[in-house]
Amino acid sequence: MAYRAQQINPWFGVGAAALVAALILGTLGVVAFHAPNAAQLGPSDWAAIRFTVSQALLSALLSVVFAVPVARALSRRQFRGRGMLITLLGAPFLLPVIVAVMGLLAVFGRSGWVSQGLELLGLPPVPIYGFHGVVIAHVFFNLPLATRIILQGWSGIPAERFRLAAQLGFSARDVMWHMEWPMLKRAAPGAFAIIFAICLSSFAVALTLGGGPRATTVELAIYQAFRFDFDLGKAALLAAMQLVLAGSAAMLALWMSQGQGGFGKGLDRELERWNEGSRGLDFISIAAAVLFLLVPMLAVGSRGLTALPSLPSVVWLSAWSSIQVALLSAGLALFLSLSIALAVTRFAWIESVGLLAIAASPLVIGTGLFIVIFPVASPQDWAFLVTACVNAVMALPFALRVLIPAVQDVCDDYGRLALSLGVSRWGMLWLVILPRIRAPLGFAIGLAAALSMGDLGVVALFAGTGEATLPLQIYRLMGAYRMDAAAGAALLLAMLSFGVFWICDTWGRRGA
Amino acid sequence: MVLELKELELRQGSFAMKASFDVDPAVRIAVIGPSGAGKSTLLMALAGFLQPSAGRLEWDGFEITKQAPSARPFSVLFQDNNLFPHMSVVQNVGLGLRPSLRLSSGETNQVSEALVSVGLGDMGARKPAELSGGQQSRVALARVLVQRKPMILLDEPFAALGPALKADMLDLVAELCTQTGAGMMMVSHDPSDAKRICETAILVAGGRANAPVATDELLRNPPEVLRAYLGA
Repeated sequence: MAYRAQQINPWFGVGAAALVAALILGTLGVVAFHAPNAAQLGPSDWAAIRFTVSQALLSALLSVVFAVPVARALSRRQFRGRGMLITLLGAPFLLPVIVAVMGLLAVFGRSGWVSQGLELLGLPPVPIYGFHGVVIAHVFFNLPLATRIILQGWSGIPAERFRLAAQLGFSARDVMWHMEWPMLKRAAPGAFAIIFAICLSSFAVALTLGGGPRATTVELAIYQAFRFDFDLGKAALLAAMQLVLAGSAAMLALWMSQGQGGFGKGLDRELERWNEGSRGLDFISIAAAVLFLLVPMLAVGSRGLTALPSLPSVVWLSAWSSIQVALLSAGLALFLSLSIALAVTRFAWIESVGLLAIAASPLVIGTGLFIVIFPVASPQDWAFLVTACVNAVMALPFALRVLIPAVQDVCDDYGRLALSLGVSRWGMLWLVILPRIRAPLGFAIGLAAALSMGDLGVVALFAGTGEATLPLQIYRLMGAYRMDAAAGAALLLAMLSFGVFWICDTWGRRGA
Repeated sequence: MVLELKELELRQGSFAMKASFDVDPAVRIAVIGPSGAGKSTLLMALAGFLQPSAGRLEWDGFEITKQAPSARPFSVLFQDNNLFPHMSVVQNVGLGLRPSLRLSSGETNQVSEALVSVGLGDMGARKPAELSGGQQSRVALARVLVQRKPMILLDEPFAALGPALKADMLDLVAELCTQTGAGMMMVSHDPSDAKRICETAILVAGGRANAPVATDELLRNPPEVLRAYLGA
């Protein structure tokens, strides 16, 4: 529809998209320029690539397989707290990785609850470090995501079809065969591919639970090439490998998940069902998922609560840094994503910059920026600014995913009316679009701020020993075996992440 | 004043229609015809939301084919989304005077008067969601009133209302037209709407919009295409 095009100035968006593309492709160019040729990949580098792919495959597979019974149980049971549980499934997305890792250590670690229980039975503890730990952590983060995607598939089956099935006397097995299996065939591969892509770029999980020659992801290897050997050429080469891996996985995920909604629209709709299925199985599925997700979070909470009053002052200092980084990053993400979302109404192709940001790896961008900054200034001085920028780019795909459809809807619904009334470009933005997209806007800002608050990635590459964001500080405390202080700081970080999201999201919903 | 459709050709995908006739804007005109024939398409082309693939539109001898929708001599009531849900009634009406919503005190008075004349004098502070469907239509009409355009285009804006309420709204529209001297063109799928307030009617069928003729005559002696649609 051509008529809505004139109402928005697209050039901010074109500029913003160009900026993002320059950051991603420019750093890539720098990296490629510095990378020696691929023949120099040593055996440990190939091991890192193998480990990266195999842990991502297994993590994605387990997440999807476990998600199916949970999603089915949630789709056909109505119980008190169902809505809250579905909200809870969104929580791991905002939960800082380092906090979850602390929780998993408290439950599955050597002196954790599960291992102690196993010891009572005379069994060896669960190995939480290495391959197992990385996969457990990835399933912890991605089981909820898979559940939400698949639950959406279930909600997408029209209620009328279930009514028809009941009328025709379908058994639970018939329902599975005729209705649920075809849906799963569509939804599950997409969920698998998305989670596979996410796990490929895993850095913080591998940093804390992996390491060593047998459990190093490519992202972690980039970091180690920097921190331990200061071998920029090798880091650049690994960064190029990571880009190929993540890029192809992102393309695959995109191709397989076409036509699926993002953040679970309509998930709260309860389906009226007549084929009951097994109550016991549903109960076990939901209870197991809740225990698996909730217990680690509660473990951090309870341990952190006692440590909170006596936190060392460095923790508070780094918390303040984290807040500043998060706010700056959220502001940047807001400016970029809003400009791009507005420009998409005019030039649809601009949306593809979001894809670029999905494929981009923070450590690769970090490597590139480091190479650029290193000859002219001390990268340490730039640590927070670079972190905020990279975090903003990482949040961009999510922000675009909520903002683009929202802006589009407003233009579709009210563009004609505004045009017939002669509302100007500024009027369209300030009087019509911004008030109408307040809710998704608040959500997107909150998401960007929370993701940045909890991010442990590029900052580890840049920060000197003097300064740290809160997640990095927690990592250092863990490295120094100050577990109580780490737990307290983790609780603080979780509160900050959820708090900043809650504030922005509530602001958005108010008056919406 | 006269509105001229000169060899107008409209295309939307594989759909195409033609229109070529003059319209006296002082008369109330209905646009009737089978569904899918292009009634709304014709109206949207007049309003400026669809560029004709050929031909021109003239108002009083001036070409308006390329004019922006807000620059044309029409105010429009759409099928839905006539009000911004996040704005108050006063703001929604105020948009008709100043799209920036910076109203002078004189303009604010105009808005209040318009609201009084559609019977919503005390509802100015409410949001559209707090109003009934009929009241929402009245707000949109109040805005049409302050816009003071020579002609009102209506694209079945009352289709969602019950029969009695719809009749009320049609009468209100007719009354406002008489009051302000504005003309109107209304798309309707219900012949009784046309009979109620429109002296003339344009029949849209078979890829062509025909010149307006007396509504009574058209409905009493409908051509073949219309007869099938009316079911008479």
